[in-house]
Amino acid sequence: MDALFSLIQGFGVLADPANILYMMIGVLLGVLIGVLPGLGGANGVAILLPLTFSMSPTSAIIMLSCIYWGALFGGAVTSILFNIPGEPWSVATTFDGHPMALQGRAGEALTAAFTASFFGALLAVILITFFAPLVANFALRFGPPEFFAVQLLTFASFVGLDRSSPFKTLASMMIGFALAAVGIDIVTGQLRLTFGSHELLRGFDFLVAVIGLFGVGEILLSMETGLAFKGASARISPTVVLQTWAKLPQYWATALRGCVIGCWMGIKPGGATPASFMSYGIAKRLSKNGHKFGTGELEGVVAPEAAAHAAGTTALLPMLTLGIPGSPTAAVMLGGLLIWGLQPGPLLFIEQKEFVWGLIASMYLGNLAGLIVVLTTVPLFAAILRIPFSIIAPIIIAICAVGAYTVHNALLDVSIMLLFGVVGYVFKKLSYPLAPLVLALVLGDLAETSFRQSMLISDGSLRIFWSNWLVGGICTLAVILAIWPLISIGLGRWRRGRLAAAAD
Amino acid sequence: MQSPKTTGLRRAGLAIGALALAVLPAMAQAEWKPTRNIEFIVPAGTGGGADQMARMIQGVVEKNNLIDKSIVVINKSGGAGAEGFLDVKGSAGDPHKIIITLSNLFTTPLATGVPFSWEDLTPVAMLALDEFVLWVNASEPSNTAQEYVEAAKKAGEGAYKMAGTGSKQEDQIITAGIEQSTGAKFTYVPFKGGGDVATQLVGGHVNSTVNNPIEAVAHWRSGALKPLCVFDKEPMKYTDKLTETMAWSDIPTCRSAGIEMDYLMLRGIFTTPGATQEQVDFYVDLFQKVRETPEWKDFMAKGAFNTTFMSGDEFKTWLQETNTRHKDLMSKAGFLAQ
Repeated sequence: MDALFSLIQGFGVLADPANILYMMIGVLLGVLIGVLPGLGGANGVAILLPLTFSMSPTSAIIMLSCIYWGALFGGAVTSILFNIPGEPWSVATTFDGHPMALQGRAGEALTAAFTASFFGALLAVILITFFAPLVANFALRFGPPEFFAVQLLTFASFVGLDRSSPFKTLASMMIGFALAAVGIDIVTGQLRLTFGSHELLRGFDFLVAVIGLFGVGEILLSMETGLAFKGASARISPTVVLQTWAKLPQYWATALRGCVIGCWMGIKPGGATPASFMSYGIAKRLSKNGHKFGTGELEGVVAPEAAAHAAGTTALLPMLTLGIPGSPTAAVMLGGLLIWGLQPGPLLFIEQKEFVWGLIASMYLGNLAGLIVVLTTVPLFAAILRIPFSIIAPIIIAICAVGAYTVHNALLDVSIMLLFGVVGYVFKKLSYPLAPLVLALVLGDLAETSFRQSMLISDGSLRIFWSNWLVGGICTLAVILAIWPLISIGLGRWRRGRLAAAAD
Repeated sequence: MQSPKTTGLRRAGLAIGALALAVLPAMAQAEWKPTRNIEFIVPAGTGGGADQMARMIQGVVEKNNLIDKSIVVINKSGGAGAEGFLDVKGSAGDPHKIIITLSNLFTTPLATGVPFSWEDLTPVAMLALDEFVLWVNASEPSNTAQEYVEAAKKAGEGAYKMAGTGSKQEDQIITAGIEQSTGAKFTYVPFKGGGDVATQLVGGHVNSTVNNPIEAVAHWRSGALKPLCVFDKEPMKYTDKLTETMAWSDIPTCRSAGIEMDYLMLRGIFTTPGATQEQVDFYVDLFQKVRETPEWKDFMAKGAFNTTFMSGDEFKTWLQETNTRHKDLMSKAGFLAQ
């Protein structure tokens, strides 16, 4: 039980009151960063990185990672209250979280989101504590074909989820792919679909699109239906946390599934955002209430949040053990390690024991501190919905605009966000689903790049996707999931046929 | 672009060092100081080599109180860095903006046709040069670059995979250089970042990479990768043993192994068009001070950087030559925009 002893030593590092203070500052800042759309964990950490130069590396990483935990928690707040994802990984939380808020169950949704997040983080940290070297070796098995297989699986788990026409889903997804293709193409080094415009060089950022599609689109819809937030009349009591906790244990299987998906995707290769989508998609398929998903199911909040936070946590593992970041925020922290004079990689666990185990211990405490902070603020956040629409809507638009600008420091992004707002509104009016567009935008160029890398390696042969048990297994699973709607129709017909035969 | 009259004096000052600069007559050192925060553009994403260096500089400046104002790092990575360069090019007359370069200063306009060149910006200084090393997985039977190239030739055209960062950028240019010099043919597989590239090699998904030292050193020390040769005219200078038997200085040059290719990547600073000599001098002086700090020296040693420093006409001549060389290398490899 080497790990256990080291962990106890790690907690010893945390006993320094200064470290506890940095932890609390980090969590509070992180929640704030998470709540504000656009200002993501990566930005927040990058801005504060130079401030950590005068600290010891251990204190510095504790503070930065706590900002990250806070942001992971905070992302859910605006998703649920206003249908505006505070962070990319909380897009899937809007699907059921926001309908719950409209029904006056915002407190319940927030509590479920935070608790599921914590559960996901806890399992991920336990995994890191005891199995770090094993997990790191597993991550090394992922080459381009394996990456593509995982992305295919994410898409497949989402196909056929919407009740709307499959053609509308397809159309929405294709628009997402087209938007994802704008900008530089990594494989050829050429510009695509920029039409000579310098502003289009940076492509369409997923975050800008999401803030517009969901946030601005939602406000446009609210304006049409009567300048008020539904659900504002809900009674908010401080006991909502306890009431929700009583309901949560029945969703243990969904939460656990979310954690497993999250841990896996965090290590390699997707990160928190695809993990949350995949977890939501699979929960919808496997839950007996699956048909009610999207109308305000508690389970639909638990699934993506558990996965997102688990993925966000395990994303730090490849950073520490291999020197490759599992998420954009981890990439910035990786830079931090180098600047503080630490060399991330396989030897870090041996040469910098105090640092590594101090960080791992802070993952336990930081997440606990985060949970307490956000849970105490649930009634506060839920009360925001009571502020009159005419006051809160302009504030939301302003925050959205600032958020969109922050992503790339580009003014054009604010206009693009507004444009996406109109697109979001039109999509809703014509009942086109938004989720496939968003998914294609976030995963489109990643999937394309890994597919083309695989083709380069295999010299154009598709057999590379079944060349070993890992990639073959994932691909087969993805294909089964993709054609599952057809299978279930077939099965249904067959059963009905048998019933009819039995009745004869 | 630069008034010639102060150049000679400044050169002399540089030779004596930053301290001497400070005591030179006030006439020659006409003071310019930033009146607001300085924007530090990084034409690459967060977490990459250029980004790390920029944030490191930001932290060093902050910690040592080298200037009254702050430096704010801003990433503009769109279009392989074109977004950042165009931003600086379009900010003529705003001296509160500087940019750190990668090789994409030369490669991006040539490969994509986006209209900018180093001459559109005002050169400040070369901070360092990044080395490139030919890495293979530790399980690879070849122990020298010669053996490896022979093995690649024997395996047939395109059978060996070379992973690298981006397309038609430095890593692929070096790969093309190896091919032209030796006749071996690799399949080049582009990835988004240097960390990914090194990990793909550790996982055995590709045969070799030309990673920068800092991207692969951890895997070298843990015994997962081994270096074959360095793409420089002479071996690196760092003699501290990193593994049981080897230091950076023990890696032979690729030329000594019969690969006629050397390549160094510029880590340099530029400011906006139309900057005055006083403004350029201010930044040169600032970066001289940064280079004197122990944090910077430590960072250089960790990444086995070539610490050549240049500014003024010397730097411009270097830029001119390097740009011509890129044009030459890229046209030979067929990488120029049509």
